[in-house]
Amino acid sequence: MINRQRLETLAEPVIEWTIRLCGISAIIFVFGIFFFVFREGADFLFHKLDLVEFFTSPEWYPTSVSHKRYGVLALIAGTASVTLLAMAIAVPFGLGAAIFVSEFCSPKLKEAFKITIELLAAIPSVVWGFIGLTIMNEMIIDLFSAPIGLTVLNGGIILALMSVPIIVSIGEDALKAVPDSYREAAEALGATRWQVVYRVLLPAAKNGLLAAVLLGVARAIGETMAVLMATGHAVKIPHSLLDSVRTLTATIAAELGEAPVHSEHYQVLFLIGVLLFSITFVVNLSADLIVKGIRQE
Amino acid sequence: MFSNSPLKKNTMAFVCIAIAITIFVLGCGQKSEETSLSPSGKSVIQNSGSDTMVNLAQTWAEEYAAINPSVSVEVSGGGSGTGIAALINGTVDIANCSRQMELEEMAWAKQNTGKEPQKFVVGYDALAVYVNKENPLDQITIEQLAEIYGEGGKIIRWSQLGINNPACPNDEIIRVSRQSNSGTYHYFRETLLGTEKDFKLGSRDLHGSKDVVELVGRTPCAIGYSGMGYATEHVKKLKVSREGGKPAYEPSLETALDGTYPISRPLYMYSLGEPAGEIRKYLEWIYSDVGQAIVQKSGYVPLPQEERVMFSTQ
Repeated sequence: MINRQRLETLAEPVIEWTIRLCGISAIIFVFGIFFFVFREGADFLFHKLDLVEFFTSPEWYPTSVSHKRYGVLALIAGTASVTLLAMAIAVPFGLGAAIFVSEFCSPKLKEAFKITIELLAAIPSVVWGFIGLTIMNEMIIDLFSAPIGLTVLNGGIILALMSVPIIVSIGEDALKAVPDSYREAAEALGATRWQVVYRVLLPAAKNGLLAAVLLGVARAIGETMAVLMATGHAVKIPHSLLDSVRTLTATIAAELGEAPVHSEHYQVLFLIGVLLFSITFVVNLSADLIVKGIRQE
Repeated sequence: MFSNSPLKKNTMAFVCIAIAITIFVLGCGQKSEETSLSPSGKSVIQNSGSDTMVNLAQTWAEEYAAINPSVSVEVSGGGSGTGIAALINGTVDIANCSRQMELEEMAWAKQNTGKEPQKFVVGYDALAVYVNKENPLDQITIEQLAEIYGEGGKIIRWSQLGINNPACPNDEIIRVSRQSNSGTYHYFRETLLGTEKDFKLGSRDLHGSKDVVELVGRTPCAIGYSGMGYATEHVKKLKVSREGGKPAYEPSLETALDGTYPISRPLYMYSLGEPAGEIRKYLEWIYSDVGQAIVQKSGYVPLPQEERVMFSTQ
């Protein structure tokens, strides 16, 4: 008896601490990752880097022998253009599909739909990239008589297809969370189904829908392998949808493996990592603030 | 009262975990010594590096395992820089490179491992210039390539090369290149432009020798460069001449060896310090006629007979 009691008094704080550790470990990992990524690039950032050139020059010549130039403007433009196009396609399709699945379709169809969409989410990004490199490349060459099919359009469509499942499943959850009494009340007032969706459900679920869209954006910004293969990986500020671009993530993926450790090039690649980290941080923070703002209204 | 505050507990936990993570990360930088023994008692030679050489290195490893079952050679690719980085960290015994190590990298390797990297030329590779098989172009000069690829170069259309490329209606030359730190990219840039100038931005920089040939095979407007062993039926190897008016040569064993084909380069293997034991035996075997026959079989250019003596240079 005494032994068991002692064991329990010992076990209690151990369990409590374990759970506490699990809770704070997430925070520590995030800060740890940021710290180590930042540390690799910090030396270069503080001593040699010209920040104005870094952000405003489109000239990315990290391995030039005579004149090294580290400008990431073209890479930022690449990431922005592909992400914007992907969202322009994925948000209407994703939210539309979420509304259809949650409000309009029969239970049987709904099951089939959800399984298919989950299957879409399960396709690995390298397979998407391969589809972009082979099938989509040839389709774009034929359809637009473009010289090459590895373009913003190709990358944007691939990324849209990759973000749609996330937007659909989270958006559908948000719509499902709206209490049925709202729908019943609206219908009792004589609203049509479209009016129920437009006037009642969308305003009630806007936090969740916004979260769905932002997770889709984060997926698009962070995607690497598919855009590396589908966008053509060319350092260039795009002037049309049929231009090739290169994204920040793809640059790190393609060049980090062969950059000599602790060289300038290596450190600049880590700074691009810090930049990406900051971009996603700003996206998430603004999402949080928007959601909070909506709540206070 | 203060000692029980949750804030302080959290801070302590924070510090503990931060220390634990730091120790873990610092502890990961272990270095290996000599050839290691695998659990089955075999000696293991770690070999990694150049993407251009990975097929060749793999074939060597397989053939060597058949002759000498007590040694196993583990090969991985990733690029010349990856192999050099691993050599600097002391995690591989032999690094394959399609370019020479830079002085800076030699210094790092010396500083990190205490040993001077030794260079061995183990074969040659001719870089072929590829176009789509529907492209009517047959030959090109180094100057024209420099105008196509180099910064400030004026050739951007196929018609400027004096041909009509019917499969490419808008006439634009699509440049296919490699990521900027691959050995192949360095060598091609140096051959075309010397060390002073750079390539034009906006080329499609692919991540692998095979991908270049693959994309050129699918894109009628494209031009690209890659090892001559990577040719497929969808592409055509151009004949290359040093200057306009001089004869152009197709990349092949003979033209690469006698130096008439202008874009051929040595392939290197680097070891840490003068190689000894199993590593030395392996390199000697690579220099033997058997090892060199494999070079030829893999689509590269073997060493001429008088160079088949293993000697190292720093």
